[in-house]
Amino acid sequence: MTKQRDILLTEVALRDGSHAISHQFTVDQVLDVTKALNDANVPYIEVSHGDGLAGSSVQYGLSKTNEMELIEAAASVADKSKIAVLLLPGIGTLHELKEAANLGAKMARIATHVTEADVSPQHIAYAKELGMETVGFLMMAHMAPVEKLVEQAKLMESYGADTVYVVDSAGYLLPDQVRERIRALKQSIGVNVGFHAHNNLSLAMANTLAAIEEGATRIDGSVRCLGAGAGNTQTEVLVAVLERMGIETGVDLYKMMDLAEDIVAPILQSPQEITKDSLTLGYAGVYSSFALHAKRAAKKFDIDSRDILIELGKRKVVGGQEDMIVDVAAEIAAKKEKVLS
Amino acid sequence: MSKVKVAILGSGNIGTDLMIKLGRSDVLELTTVIGIDPDSDGLRRARELGYTAIDSGVDGFLEQPELADIVFDATSAKAHLYNSKELQEAGKKVIDMTPAAIGPYVCAAVNMDEHLDKDNINLITCGGQATIPMVHAVNRVAPVEYAEIVATISSRSAGPGTRANIDEFTETTSRAIEKVGGAKKGKAIIILNPAEPPILMRDTIYTLVEEGKMDEEAIRKSIQDMTEVVKSYVPGYRLRTEPFFDGNLVTIFVEVEGAGDYLPKYAGNLDIMTAAGVKVAEEFAKNVLAKQTV
Repeated sequence: MTKQRDILLTEVALRDGSHAISHQFTVDQVLDVTKALNDANVPYIEVSHGDGLAGSSVQYGLSKTNEMELIEAAASVADKSKIAVLLLPGIGTLHELKEAANLGAKMARIATHVTEADVSPQHIAYAKELGMETVGFLMMAHMAPVEKLVEQAKLMESYGADTVYVVDSAGYLLPDQVRERIRALKQSIGVNVGFHAHNNLSLAMANTLAAIEEGATRIDGSVRCLGAGAGNTQTEVLVAVLERMGIETGVDLYKMMDLAEDIVAPILQSPQEITKDSLTLGYAGVYSSFALHAKRAAKKFDIDSRDILIELGKRKVVGGQEDMIVDVAAEIAAKKEKVLS
Repeated sequence: MSKVKVAILGSGNIGTDLMIKLGRSDVLELTTVIGIDPDSDGLRRARELGYTAIDSGVDGFLEQPELADIVFDATSAKAHLYNSKELQEAGKKVIDMTPAAIGPYVCAAVNMDEHLDKDNINLITCGGQATIPMVHAVNRVAPVEYAEIVATISSRSAGPGTRANIDEFTETTSRAIEKVGGAKKGKAIIILNPAEPPILMRDTIYTLVEEGKMDEEAIRKSIQDMTEVVKSYVPGYRLRTEPFFDGNLVTIFVEVEGAGDYLPKYAGNLDIMTAAGVKVAEEFAKNVLAKQTV
């Protein structure tokens, strides 16, 4: 039997990574990745559109394959790992949650902007009713002061979340900021505390270690950094680091390295690295999935994508507002035109 | 000109904003505001403005049913199920501002005339009132295969009812995009933005028109015409920028600034609901008055 795990990892490549490949996952890719992750003994594998259940849209990008087929495929080959799904109230509904549960999803991660937890009670309660493990996922955690984050985490706990995550969707937080947030949650809520990083400032690993030191026991990673922006904490690297620190994840390091190299790397259209766009996300505090959309808009309007991202950060745009990208790009282009004429 | 008597059921934000708008109507005479809390700000204002203020809910109103012929229900979907039954038995016309949707969906700029004879009509959602006119505007000149709307509202303008039942927004709006807007398939997304100062309501409408049916000029004109229609009863309704055309996709950007009656100007999402409610009630009333003169 496996040893007691100190940290429970959730692999998010098949959800967060959906952004990085413009939601083009196929059933075969999901089968291959899930089989290998299951074999490597990863406890949770998240599968959904990047923006969660029902995220397939013109706004966020249409899925190549219906996510329910992907969830069903993943569940069919995961006999040890549990399949998790993400749901953003306002995008997905109880209807899709039920469908996912029927297909074998065992964990529901209900995500809201860090100040808007009170749109989630219905979904958390229903996931419980469906027999799922529940996670409250507080996104864009850098946009609220620590006291506000604590208040919102308490709300999610009161709705029945088994775990509450601090989600650094923009990859903006610095290690000390992660530390104070996790510490505050550990002091004020009774359920598990989790942390989800993005590597836009090359701080995903440092932030994750800070979170673990402060008591976070649920951690997200993406193998080969297959996540939005510059990706998340690289799962196989994290497994190695934690092993050296004597922290048990129960995950097989060699198998993780193999699947990263042999199965996940070929899926990537280009290697995940910190490009100037993803660096700007972290620098300006912008939701990581905006990167590719901003790049496309910049090309269309012949402007610098960094200017779009910086402006979006100034306007305090939240996750899901992809329609603002074109809006802001058009504005910048119009201003530029004016200056030139 | 004689007026038709109306009452407001619900003394919260929507009910109180309606009260102020109805005070300006030429064809509607607000007589009564009905709540359940005598100390609510809405009922206090109603008393100050000289309206009959009833604090015992729909049952209290039905003890004096002669006070109104049309009743706005600005309570909740759950309360509406009971209210609707009671009011219908008393022969009142009901304008349902909740997501209960017992009656047909009505978008003030699109299909009001079809439902002037109904006892109960439903005003869909704020996102529906703001975006369905645009879906219809495209669909009437180029058949829409798929329409998707994204409504972004300020966190401050989303009350506890909306928050606790956010699925009702997405589901009701999606269905109405199809039934009223005419799209073959509809999808709705709602986003709450907590920025301070609060943002105005913004809506983005994506429509995919049928292969070979794209007519850019006709669509531009239809959108422009429709904007004027909505603006006639929601003065703060406007296009944020010119529509975008990309292959078969038309993207329309709308912004709604409230009138600032009871609710602040940023709450365009609430303003468009109350303005649509008044507009529909006025058409009802004109219909009733016309029949009386004949």
